[in-house]
Formats: sequence, C-alpha cells, structure tokens
Amino acid sequence: MFNIIGKRFWFFLISGVVILAGVIALVVFGLNPAVEFSSGSLLTVGFEQAVSVDEVKSALADLGYGGAIIQRTGEGDFLLRLPELSGDAKGDLEAGLNASLGKLEVKGFDSVSPMIAAETTRNAVIAVVISAIGMLLYISWAFHRMPNPFRWGICAIVSLVHDILVVVGVFAFLGGILGWQVDLMFITGVLTVIGYSVNDTIVIFDRIRENLLKGGGVDFEVVVNYSLVETMSRTLITGVGTLFVLIALLLFVGAPIQNLVVVLLVGIITGTYSSIGTAASLLVVWEKGEWGRFIMRRSLSSG
Amino acid sequence: MSKRNKIVFVIVLIVFVLALLVVLPINEGILGKKGIRLGLDLQGGVHIVYQADLSKVEPGKEGEAIDGAVAILENRINPLGVTEPLIQKQGSDRILVELPGLNITDKEKESLARVAILEFGELAADDEEAKWENELGRWKPATAVIDGEEKVLSSRYFKENTYVGRDNLGGIELIFEWDEEGSKLSEAITGRLIDKPLGIFEGSEPLRGDDGRPIAPIVQTTITSRGRITGLSLNDATRLSKQLNAGRLPVPLEILYDQTVSPILGSDFVDMSVKAGLIGIVMVMLFMTIYYRLSGFMASLALIYYGVLLLAIFKLFGVTLTLAGIGGFILSVGMAIDANVLIFERMKEELWDGRSLGAAIDAGFSRAWSAIWDSNITTILAGVILFWLGSSIAASAPVKGFALTLIIGVAVSMFTAVTVTRTFIRPFAGTKLARRTSLFAPYQRKENV
Repeated sequence: MFNIIGKRFWFFLISGVVILAGVIALVVFGLNPAVEFSSGSLLTVGFEQAVSVDEVKSALADLGYGGAIIQRTGEGDFLLRLPELSGDAKGDLEAGLNASLGKLEVKGFDSVSPMIAAETTRNAVIAVVISAIGMLLYISWAFHRMPNPFRWGICAIVSLVHDILVVVGVFAFLGGILGWQVDLMFITGVLTVIGYSVNDTIVIFDRIRENLLKGGGVDFEVVVNYSLVETMSRTLITGVGTLFVLIALLLFVGAPIQNLVVVLLVGIITGTYSSIGTAASLLVVWEKGEWGRFIMRRSLSSG
Repeated sequence: MSKRNKIVFVIVLIVFVLALLVVLPINEGILGKKGIRLGLDLQGGVHIVYQADLSKVEPGKEGEAIDGAVAILENRINPLGVTEPLIQKQGSDRILVELPGLNITDKEKESLARVAILEFGELAADDEEAKWENELGRWKPATAVIDGEEKVLSSRYFKENTYVGRDNLGGIELIFEWDEEGSKLSEAITGRLIDKPLGIFEGSEPLRGDDGRPIAPIVQTTITSRGRITGLSLNDATRLSKQLNAGRLPVPLEILYDQTVSPILGSDFVDMSVKAGLIGIVMVMLFMTIYYRLSGFMASLALIYYGVLLLAIFKLFGVTLTLAGIGGFILSVGMAIDANVLIFERMKEELWDGRSLGAAIDAGFSRAWSAIWDSNITTILAGVILFWLGSSIAASAPVKGFALTLIIGVAVSMFTAVTVTRTFIRPFAGTKLARRTSLFAPYQRKENV
C-alpha cells in the first residue's frame, strides 16, 4: 500500500518551495494588473493591412502615447493599453492611427476610471474572503460529528489558500516574464479553482470521516492514508477529465480566455496535489500535534 | 425494474423530451437572437456605468434626481432602436446602461449623458460675436433678461409634454408648452424676433432635419406659454418632440466604466466556445467510456442529458450567457464527472467484493451520495455568496455570470449525474449483461489494500 501520509513532510516541503518561489516572484515582479484593476483604457483594433508591433508603437508614440502597452492578438489585431481616454481623445487616436497605419476597425474598448478600479479590486477580494468563510462554516457543520469539526474546515481552507498562492505566484512569473495581466478573467479562474479545490478536498475528507466512523480504534494516520489511497483513482480521473475540457478550450478558443484556461490548468493541478498532499496531511499533523516536529524537520531538510 | 424505478425512468425521459422541445426550435437559433440570451461580451454591445454628481442636489432629493436621470436616459436611448436596453440604478449614485448588439458612436455615447440638449439662437448682427455658424448665417444665443438676469432660451424650459399634431389643413405641427420661467423668456424673445428665424442647436451643431437643412422656424407671433412649430416633416417633428421630452438631466453624469465589444468579435467568441465546449465534452465522454466501459457510456449519455437540460433552463429563465460563465460551466462539468467517478469507484469496490450488479449500483450510489452532496452544496454556497456580492461590483458582469452559471450548472449536474445516470444503469441489473462485471467495473484489484 502507498504510504502517502508518511511522506507528509516532503509534501509540505514541495508546497513550501513552490509557494516561496511564487512569493519571491510576487515581490520581484508584482502582479501586472489589467485596466479593470488599475484604471485606464484598453482598445482592441484590427488593421486591414499588415503592420508590426514596432510600427504601432511608433505611431502611438507620435500621437503622444509613448507609454502604451501593445500586444498582438491575431493577424493585424492588437490590444492597446492606454491611460484613461475620453471620447474625444479616443476619436483623435483612431483618426491618428488611421492616418499613419491605414484603415482600421475598433473591435473593443474598455475604459475604467480609478474609482471603479479600486472598488473592483476591493470587492473581488471581499467576495473571495466571504465565500471562504461561508465554506469554512459549512464544512465545519458538515463534519460536526467528528471531534474538532473546525479543524476540517480550516484544513480545507488552508489547502484552498495554498492553491490560490500557487496560481498567483505563477501569474507573477508570467506577468514578469511574458507581460501577462491579471484581469477579471483571472479572477473568474481563481473563483473556479476555489470551487474545484474545496470540492476535491471535501471528497477525501468525506471518505476519511466514513472510515473513522467505521473503524474501531485504528490509528488516525492509518485511516487517513487508507482513505487517500481509496480515493486516489477518483481524484486523478476527475482531474484528467476536467483537463480534457480545458485543453479543448485552450486549443479552440485561445487568446480571449487564455488567462482563464491557464489559471484553471495550474489550479486543477495544484488543487489535486493539495487535497492529497496538503489538506489530509495537515489533518494528521494537527491530530498528532506535530507542529514542532514539522518545523524542525523542515529546517533540517532545507538546511 | 421495480415499480418505483420505472416511474423514475419515465419521469427522466419526459423531462428530457420537454428540455429538447425547449432547446430545439433550431430555426429560432439556440444561441443568440431568439435563443439563449448572450451577454454583452458575447454578442457585442456597450456597457457604461455613469457616476452622477449629486453635490448640487438638495439633500433628501438625491433619489429623485437619480430616478429622473434614469427616466431621461431611457427617453434618449429608446429612439436608438436597441432591442433590450438595460438602464438601471446601481447603488445610490450610479447608473448602469447596457445596450446589447449596438455599436453606438462615441458621439452618441457622449450625447446620451449630455446635461442640457437644445439651445435656441438668433441671427447675430455683423459686429456681434457669433456662437454658431451655418449656411443660414451667424448665430448668437437667444437671450432675454428675466428678473435682472440674462438667460438663454433652451430646452430646459420646456414642459415635457410636447406632441406632434395636425392643423386644420392637415399640416404637421409640433405643439409645446413652456414652464413659468420659459414663458417669460419666450415672451420677450419671440416678441422681438417676429418674422425672424429662431435657430435650434445641439452642442456646437445646428439641429438638422432629414433634408440636411438646419431647423430654424420663423417666429410668427409672440409666444407666451403655449406655441407650435409648423413646416417640419413628420419625421423631424417626431424626433424633435422626443428630444424635447427627453428634457434635461437633473444631474451631470460622468462615464466611470465603459466597455464596448464589437459584435464581430462577439460572434467569433460564441462559435469558438461552442466548438470547444462540444469537443471537450466528447473527449470526456470517450475517456469515461474507455475507462468505465458500459457505466462510463451511460454516464456519457447523462452528460448529454446535462447539456440539453442546462441549455433548456438557460433559455426558459432567460439566463444571460457570458464569457465568464464558461468558467462556471467547466467547473460544473468537472463536478458532474466527479459525481459519476465517485459512484463508479464505489460500485467497483462493491463488485470486487462479489456483490451483484443491482446491489453494487444501490450501494455505490448511496455511499457516494454524502461526498457528492457536501462538495456540491459547498460549491453552490460559494456561488450564492459570489452572486450576491457580485452585484456590488461595477464591472461585475464576469463575477455574476460565473456565479449564476455555476449555481445552475452544479444543481443540474447533481440531478443528471446521480438520478439520470442511475436510471440509465439500473435496468441492466438482472439481465445477462449484469453477470459480466468487467463491463461495469474494469481492472481487477491489483493489490490488497
């Protein structure tokens, strides 16, 4: 039989390293916020004739938008990120680009004022935190027949925070290196990951609960490990099944929902990992009161 | 099959047929137009959030001012011919405007929120400064001194009850009424402008009729409280009357958030997403069938059932499908798969223990239920909280769209993955096929856990 729980400190070490790398990336690069969170205007334009990023860049610089961020999204299609534009300024910009780069079509326009940007950021964070509290309360209630029901809720939420940290860390990297932005699609993806992660964890917890209620006096660690092995194929199969849908989306929709799909890919992998490696292991560590040993082992392993 | 199972089977089938009937009228289109409502991000359109400046409104009258502004925006938007415009108050001092499918120009967008819309002008003398200039001449604002203060005659003094009528000879006339202050202004101005034109201007431009000529009626007589404009075409008169009735905004509005998606980009999204969704589901179905054989195939049928039922519910309740809804959809498909996997894994264990197929199905479903229930309820709970909080986010469409698709999707998937799959598999119990357990529970136990 696989001894998963026996390797719990290795799991913690791997999680710790990955999260630490993410935090470092976050400190070094920061997140690259999209207009929804930082205010400004986002213009999607399609040029009829072939133009290069550099041509667009110099045309924009001539019009006084030297700081614009330009991203190519398709044949002749560009995303232009600019300071907040008024209607007149937008008209002038279109006319200017038309004059220097030929006929163009504005395919999309987003403009967000600083007030809305700050509000959106705040409310998105509040929404996530309140959802997490709601789930914590529900899980604690669902496991009320267990001793210390709050423990189960907290372990599930910790594993959820783990997954969010990994996703955010990955996006700090992608933002720093490839210039990917954190937009509302990213938020949608994070919300989906939260749902997936908690779902995955609860299924395992449910099996642990069932086996605990069944088994008379078997060691907690053994029961948890047994439950993990029992649910392992389910955890992996569900993960793989969901990945199929994601890969299809990535291949056939691509750019418009790239952020969403990549967040989900990363989130489902880390979500699957964390429900096996983190959530259940934390329960055991907590049950056995091993925090001291855990810290000692970690300093030994990393030293 | 027991009698109860038969009844459930019939109900499941009836629900499916009803759902198909709702979804299927292909000629009406499943997505878009008369089919499922698409969000602005999918069908293209304009999404604007206005911030109202309430600083100059008397305390206690803010609500009234906002309601007035909403009504006026409605009046201004209705003539644009948008199919389902959404104009609503958001919070205490914001107005949300959504114009699906319409690609309005920036100028129109700005003019929607313009505070005062029409001003009147008179021809300026050669030595006077002009504010407007057109083929009829140079114009200055038509003003008069009322109570010691010089005021410009504008549409703000109209009572919002103008209408188009016909005179005794059948000619078109636009009948209007001034308010108290307007009556005094009008009396002074029209009194001195008899037989002279009165120009009408919108911002910096003269108001033009269908023939492209500026509208500048000649003053026939001194107008006090009520008057009429004759000589307009029916179209011009109707439009002018609408504009006058749209009145003036009680508060200045500033654009806070502006999102415009062109319908071309939108239709690409829809095509691609539908294609990707179908391919994804087919891949999942293949995977399930290969891995779980006959049970997996039944679960695949349940997944089709899920798709049809979800579309039917979206259509029936007018749920708006958005791009972010795709996230909710993926998660709910994932959870539908998960529910089936949980059940089949349990069934497998039972079959390995030597139970009959019928017993294994019953045990598999009942023992997997608590996990399915807990995880689905937790997800729905999170969805409800997000939906509720999502309303307070100005750029909230994605969060709310996600939450709503998720709630509906998870609820539907619980029904299809559990009840429907069970109904499809149960009839095999007791048949010859049931003895070949490898059809239902592949791969023998490799080790003794």
